[in-house]
Amino acid sequence: MRTRALQRLLAALLWAPATLLGAQAGYPLDSAPIDPRDLVSLQSGARTFVNYCLNCHGAQYMRYNRLEDLGLTESQIRDNLMFAADKVGETMKVVMSAQDGKSWFGVPPPDLSVIARSRGADWLYTYLRTFYRDENAASGWNNAVFPNVAMPHVLWQLQGVRAYEVVAHADEAGHASVQRGWKPLAPGTLDTVQYDRTVRDLVNFLVFVGEPAAQSRKAIGIVVLFVLGVLFVLAYAMKKAFWKDIR
Amino acid sequence: MASRLLALWDWFDSRMPSVAEEWRKHAAEYYAPKNFNFWYFFGALSLLVLVIQIVSGIFLTMNYKPDAALAFGSVEYIMRDVPGGWIIRYIHSTGASAFFIVVYLHMLRGLLYGSYKEPRELVWIFGVLIYLTLMGEAFFGYLLPWGQMSYWGAQVIVNLFGTIPFVGPDLALWIRGDYVVSDATLNRFFALHVIALPLVLLGLVVAHVLALHDVGSNNPDGVEIKKRKDAHGRPVDGIPFHPYYTVKDTVGAVVFLAIFCAVLFFAPEMGGYFLENNNFIPANPLLTPEHIAPVWYFTPYYSILRAVPPLFNSQFPGVLAMGVAVLAFFFLPWLDRAPVKSIRYRGPYWKGALAVFVVVFLVLGYLGVKPTTVWGQFADPLDILDTKDRATWVARVCSILYFAFFVLMPWYTARDKVKPVPDRVTM
Repeated sequence: MRTRALQRLLAALLWAPATLLGAQAGYPLDSAPIDPRDLVSLQSGARTFVNYCLNCHGAQYMRYNRLEDLGLTESQIRDNLMFAADKVGETMKVVMSAQDGKSWFGVPPPDLSVIARSRGADWLYTYLRTFYRDENAASGWNNAVFPNVAMPHVLWQLQGVRAYEVVAHADEAGHASVQRGWKPLAPGTLDTVQYDRTVRDLVNFLVFVGEPAAQSRKAIGIVVLFVLGVLFVLAYAMKKAFWKDIR
Repeated sequence: MASRLLALWDWFDSRMPSVAEEWRKHAAEYYAPKNFNFWYFFGALSLLVLVIQIVSGIFLTMNYKPDAALAFGSVEYIMRDVPGGWIIRYIHSTGASAFFIVVYLHMLRGLLYGSYKEPRELVWIFGVLIYLTLMGEAFFGYLLPWGQMSYWGAQVIVNLFGTIPFVGPDLALWIRGDYVVSDATLNRFFALHVIALPLVLLGLVVAHVLALHDVGSNNPDGVEIKKRKDAHGRPVDGIPFHPYYTVKDTVGAVVFLAIFCAVLFFAPEMGGYFLENNNFIPANPLLTPEHIAPVWYFTPYYSILRAVPPLFNSQFPGVLAMGVAVLAFFFLPWLDRAPVKSIRYRGPYWKGALAVFVVVFLVLGYLGVKPTTVWGQFADPLDILDTKDRATWVARVCSILYFAFFVLMPWYTARDKVKPVPDRVTM
């Protein structure tokens, strides 16, 4: 009897912060399994980005030729990824005007250059996988992470159509919990694993776009810290030598 | 070659002997106590960060555009297209936070060892002026990236001045140069950030160091080393700043730079504290962010501001409390009545008060980055409280303790039991 009570107390203590956080942040975010060194994933993300995102969203601070960082040649970029620009030195601007975007969606679609830095990879990864059919929404789509978002489910042909149900109920101890249910309505061209991988690659790419220098930053950092380590040994030896007769 | 250089130096020295004289006065023959410990690195480190900020800032201005339509993009241009631009930008953004870390530790050192006490009151006052200027410098600089937090942070802070009775609204308008934070505001903040305040800062730093070198450095024992001099008139417990402390501070500088570079190269955003996530969204005057938090170094005061309830629908009492919380540091030399300087020879009252103050400062700082709902609400069956947020009440208690540290200081320092101070420094 007592152990039961203890167990319940322990469970309550463990869960309390989690439920508090959950209540604040809404839909729980999945951790994005991205790998910034996986060039295949980044290239696949770039393909998804120019095919699906770049029609409405720009990445106006990102130049096409920076995609060479992903192991692509200039001609590969020009032949496969440039639908909206003539020169490889141009930035990934969107053809649609912000004004049109505003009249069509209610808000102009935001620029995605640094979206991974403001939203975070986990948010993007969860957001792009939680669209659902909602007949009450203007676009016919809604999102579990970003309720009433203006953006329709652009990747619906890949993921398929799903319905989403939230059932709130309280257990006997009075703890409120939320049960979230997904119901497939129509299959997409990809299965769940494939779709998750596609979104993973896209988010991986968006993280790269957010800070293209991130990988070289870490590489340089290791060298800098090594040099400072050597410098420390020398500086410390010098200090010891000068201070040997101070006591 | 060496003799040639020496001859050149003689030529120079005979025409401008004051260079060598100043070098002797402030380095080679400036006698500093030999017992400086860990806490004494942070003065030199503050100077190092100042130099880092000025140099990286100069390079940033070469590509930054102080224009509401271009500013956000120019920062991204620096991050992507300017060769080495991202290093310069991260040096400057990391440097801003590093500046406050070393300055806060430097100030805590002053509290620990009574460095503000007679005869160093002016050193302390110049130091507090530097701190105030640094706050202004950081505030003006934070608007420049023109992100959402830049914009709304500036909006909030300028509106604080708007709460001052009678002159407030006009004052806020005068600061902004417009009815909202706008291009005009950005331009003047740029001017203030890159030239006006750095000049003031440099002048104050010179005054701070000159005032220090006139009276001599304090030390962890709080003993005046000038009281015991040898036959040559040199303090027996003093050692020349150069080479002893130049080589020692070099070690400190290398360790500091290693930590600095670890942040710069591996975590430049520092989990959203050094570079806030919302600041990667371009400023939008029509869209107020849900939670506006200042950068971490202002949050203790921001907490105090939020903790004070409004009076007659005016936030002015909170603003006043925030201002007094900063300005209180000026009066420290006269509030502290203890006959000894260093915490080593002070009694339990001071030790307890200082410990509480440090904890309170940290708690207020933590609460300032979080929404007031961070710790939930408590039940209030009588419904008499103006807010049920636990965090607000903790902040209120902490604010009272913050002010109590200063207000009660003459009382508890005068009554504290002190230990005898040794004649000479201990190693």
